[in-house]
Amino acid sequence: MNQFLQQLINGISLGSIYALIALGYTMVYGIIKLINFAHGDIYMLGAYVGFIFATKTGMGLVPTLIVSMVFCAILGVVIEMIAYKPLRNATRITALITAIGVSYFLEASTQKIMGTSPRAFPALLPKGLIKLGKVTITYQQVFILTITILLMIALQFIVTKTKIGRAMRAVSTDTDAARLMGIDVNKTISFTFALGSALAGAAGVLVGIYYSSITPLMGLVPGVKAFIAAVFGGIGIIPGAMIGGILIGIIEALVSGYGSSLYKDAVVYVILIIILVVKPAGLLGKNIREKV
Amino acid sequence: MLKIRDLNVHYGVINALKGVSIDVNQGEIVSLIGANGAGKTTLLHCISGIIKSTSGTIEFENNDITKKNAKDIVAAGITQVPEGRRIFKGMSVEENLLMGAYLRKDKEGIKKDLESVFERFPRLKERLKQNAETLSGGEQQMLAMGRALMANPKILLLDEPSMGLSPLLVKEIFKIIIDINKQGTTILLVEQNAKMALGIANRAYVLETGKIVLSGTGEELSNSDEIKKAYLGG
Ligand SMILES: Nc1ncnc2c1ncn2[C@@H]1O[C@H](COP(=O)(O)OP(=O)(O)O)[C@@H](O)[C@H]1O
Ligand SMILES: [Mg+2]
Repeated sequence: MNQFLQQLINGISLGSIYALIALGYTMVYGIIKLINFAHGDIYMLGAYVGFIFATKTGMGLVPTLIVSMVFCAILGVVIEMIAYKPLRNATRITALITAIGVSYFLEASTQKIMGTSPRAFPALLPKGLIKLGKVTITYQQVFILTITILLMIALQFIVTKTKIGRAMRAVSTDTDAARLMGIDVNKTISFTFALGSALAGAAGVLVGIYYSSITPLMGLVPGVKAFIAAVFGGIGIIPGAMIGGILIGIIEALVSGYGSSLYKDAVVYVILIIILVVKPAGLLGKNIREKV
Repeated sequence: MLKIRDLNVHYGVINALKGVSIDVNQGEIVSLIGANGAGKTTLLHCISGIIKSTSGTIEFENNDITKKNAKDIVAAGITQVPEGRRIFKGMSVEENLLMGAYLRKDKEGIKKDLESVFERFPRLKERLKQNAETLSGGEQQMLAMGRALMANPKILLLDEPSMGLSPLLVKEIFKIIIDINKQGTTILLVEQNAKMALGIANRAYVLETGKIVLSGTGEELSNSDEIKKAYLGG
């Protein structure tokens, strides 16, 4: 039981980070039906920007998070403008291949500028433990979970209660009808990229703290897992990405805890295959026909 | 008020509108009737700036809006109730209505117009917090019209509002259209239901495979032999 609770806690804190990344995948997919394969690399760059800022200035967590989120938001908007906007009317596969190209570009540029070897991420959070019987929670886990929850609440507020959030949902449901309301679709898409990329940037900093080491290829595996989390929850559905991310984190932690951490990735991929076969629309998705 | 001259629209090689010219004067109800695939929706989308014409001009209140984007066209006072309602699923009735007022900044005016939409469509008020998806077809049409009215338009473009509704509901919708017009909004109505559309029109046009083939007052067209044969079933 203790073992179970311990893995549950580990799983939730890791999963909440997957959820942050998954949100960007799902929002972008919702609005332009693109699986933005470069999203994992934006998360990686978020970690690097946080690393550079924190080591150069010696400032703490909150300023580092903000700088990294703003940088990623701008980067997301610029990538969309340069790489995806010209392809708005192209086939989906064209955009997808472009996204893979952007991903390689970001990885290679980071390797060139920052080197390929891992960097040590500054601690930023107090090291310490809370012991509850045999179960231990690190301060880091508490902070990570608190920050992700706050970010998700903020996102939920923006999406459901603000005008730009309503515009995002309108464009996602029916782009032409949104245009007929006078919504500036390009601006709304840019905003969506900014929001999703900022969350990825925050995730990058949090993972940097959690594993205290970052590399230019660190976005690959979490990127894929977050994508699976988004599909798991129902791609295009924001609460789905949150639930999917946390569930993937928990499953992974349980597999590592009870089985072997060698299998944890394999299990996550098996889950993807099962969802695609059993409920392709995801946990919260409705099985509807594709909009033509 | 709205002046369209020699408008051509192509979808790839398909020439969907072939030199269409129509006028809508302030205060009128103008109906455009035509069979499925005639190009009615294409014309309305072109006016709304959703699709671009290959040649021709669209003037609204003496301003050339041919090349304007959808947002500026809504801001100028042209709002469309699209074919098939196109309400925002997953959003509440209230949110749908607010989407209609997206470009407006006058909080007081929005509130006032919301009240008058409720007055016109009491059923929307009862279902304010409900997911718009759960409304019946007739209620969705009312929502789509209410949403468009929230933009406080000078001219309302209606694309087949009677589609898929029972005769009783069609009557109700047409009564509402007349009423909206009486309160000062100019109407361009696109319909396949020629009888109803000609019945309420000051003037009307007939569109066939992308061309205007007939025009006249609603009454003239209702009594024309060609129309009777082709659109009124005898
Ligand atoms: N997106 C499109 N791509 C290609 N052809 C289209 C498209 N939309 C409409 N058309 C064609 O243009 C013609 C006019 O269509 P439309 O304006 O929808 O007619 P209506 O509204 O009168 O039924 C039809 O022949 C239709 O097949
Ligand atoms: Mg049509």
